[in-house]
Amino acid sequence: MTKATPILELKNVTSAYGRIKAISEVSLKVYPGEVVSIIGANGAGKSTTLMSICGVLKPVSGEVWYDGARIDGLAADLLPSRGLCQVPEGRRIFPRLTVEENLDMGAFFRTDKDGMEHDKNRVFQMFPILLERRKQHGGTLSGGEQQMLAMGRALMSRPKLLLLDEPSLGLAPLIVQQIFRIIQEINEVDGVTVVLVEQNANLALKSSSRGYVLETGNVVMEDDAQALLANPAIRAAYLGE
Amino acid sequence: MTIRASKLWLGYGLAMVWFYFLLWPLMGIKPEGLEFQTSLAVWGKVAAASAVLLALYQLKQGGAFRFLEKPAQAGAEALAAVTGRVPTWLALCVVAGAAVAFPFLTERYAHDVAISVLVYIILGLGLNVVVGLAGLLDLGYIAFFGVGAYTYALMSVHFGLSFWLCLPISGCFAAIAGCIIGYPTLRMRGDYLAIVTLGFGEIVRIVINNWMSLTNGPNGILGIKAPGAYWFNKGSFEHIWLNNLEQLYFVILGLAVFTIVAVYRLNYSRIGRAFEAVREDQTAAELMGVNTLRLKLLAYALGAVFGGLAGTFFAARMKFVSPESFTFIESAMVLAMVVLGGMGSIPGVILGSLALIALPEVFRGFELYRMFVFGGVMAVMMLFRPRGLWPAKRMGVRSEEKD
Repeated sequence: MTKATPILELKNVTSAYGRIKAISEVSLKVYPGEVVSIIGANGAGKSTTLMSICGVLKPVSGEVWYDGARIDGLAADLLPSRGLCQVPEGRRIFPRLTVEENLDMGAFFRTDKDGMEHDKNRVFQMFPILLERRKQHGGTLSGGEQQMLAMGRALMSRPKLLLLDEPSLGLAPLIVQQIFRIIQEINEVDGVTVVLVEQNANLALKSSSRGYVLETGNVVMEDDAQALLANPAIRAAYLGE
Repeated sequence: MTIRASKLWLGYGLAMVWFYFLLWPLMGIKPEGLEFQTSLAVWGKVAAASAVLLALYQLKQGGAFRFLEKPAQAGAEALAAVTGRVPTWLALCVVAGAAVAFPFLTERYAHDVAISVLVYIILGLGLNVVVGLAGLLDLGYIAFFGVGAYTYALMSVHFGLSFWLCLPISGCFAAIAGCIIGYPTLRMRGDYLAIVTLGFGEIVRIVINNWMSLTNGPNGILGIKAPGAYWFNKGSFEHIWLNNLEQLYFVILGLAVFTIVAVYRLNYSRIGRAFEAVREDQTAAELMGVNTLRLKLLAYALGAVFGGLAGTFFAARMKFVSPESFTFIESAMVLAMVVLGGMGSIPGVILGSLALIALPEVFRGFELYRMFVFGGVMAVMMLFRPRGLWPAKRMGVRSEEKD
């Protein structure tokens, strides 16, 4: 693995909702070109970690570094134009905008018409079903289609680092496979670094290079994905064996 | 789905008993003592009328009116087929033609009503930017109408500035007022925002009412000039005042057309889409790089501009302004137009303004019961057409998880 400078680094990040601490002293590094997964049970602080990275939640203490700059405390809306984009948990597409308008929203800050058109075609090529449904309202899509739309929308911002929160949530196994193939394609073909938060630890680790295990707001383990998959403690706790 | 007859009549009975409980304290408690006769008489009429309606409903459910329904349905289908074939541009031309011809075919009283309808159309479309597009419930919108009206009134009376010059100035002042009110309040969401805007709307009115040295308080400002124009007459241009209602009608028609075009363009612009995104899911919009606070301020300011324009015209038309034109009930009326017509829909808002201003004029005889009918119509509307008379966009049905 290339040990270049990390594209994303969390240094002892603590975040809280009001007085309730959700994650404490989380540190992690993500290098360019990697797929890193963060696994853990419900309420372990996975989504909180992502929200602290992208500025929706302001960390109480600690530092978040992205692409050579400190970004904690920056407003969330400044990050997409720097190439950091999140596909939030539960998709959160815009239900009363059409599929195409949803995609256009992903490129909100961009002004290069040709580049946007090119990227839209690339998204349609990745997810042909979206092309078919481009004039339909987002809210009328099925869960799987909505996940594809949410990913397509994020890709419209031409991200360098893509944060995916529970992309498999509530989807049929076949759709999940398709989604993960696309994640791999985005990583390998388009060179996007991916941080993947998943409850489905098996699936997530199989398609990542490294993984972090979160437990009640703390990083309890970090290793190569293969090593984590082979680790008996992990197998017992997260892989249902 | 039909409701079983016994259940229907039981519900009716309960409702009537409840209705009497509400009615009696209103009509039966008098300074001379308690009295039952008048309230019972009114109650009897209402009970009989609703019993007849209920019986008709039952007959309809039983199929007694099928002989009427069939031809009616065929007629509706034929009408839909015909209207579907008329191109949009033709429909627009007909509407525009009718709007231009209107003052020549009608008399003074109709002009007066038409002018108020057009003023309210502008207000409705302005509020629609805030409520319909950006999804911010604003209960104090009429404040911007007031700011526009007072801006022109003061400029006209003290500096003699012309109406046309004051239009953009009032728009700017209203926009500034929108930003001042919006900045502290727009961090709130939903119900809290509604309450705070309600408060700010009242603050504006009360300030106008009490700032005697500037606004002459409740006495209002007199002597505002009508819009001026240059008219070609006997080989030279001469300046005239657009004093009569026919001329004012065309001024406000022009302003309304300008507003419609502007709001239409906004609806389909990048900014308009971002307004909708913020309405749909604020956090997701933020994650897409939308500065939601700045965008909401923009929506507020844009809505305020149209309020200001309408206010300027209002002052020029009345030649008099006083704070009592800008009470909460006016905000509520404009909001009702937007909701009744269909939030976010331009033809809907126009239809809503027409319905709420013109219909009460048509039914002048019922004026006492106007608010009563108004409430009833709103309740029925929300039951049968919850998305308004002319809804913005069709919502598709959620497709099943096919895969």
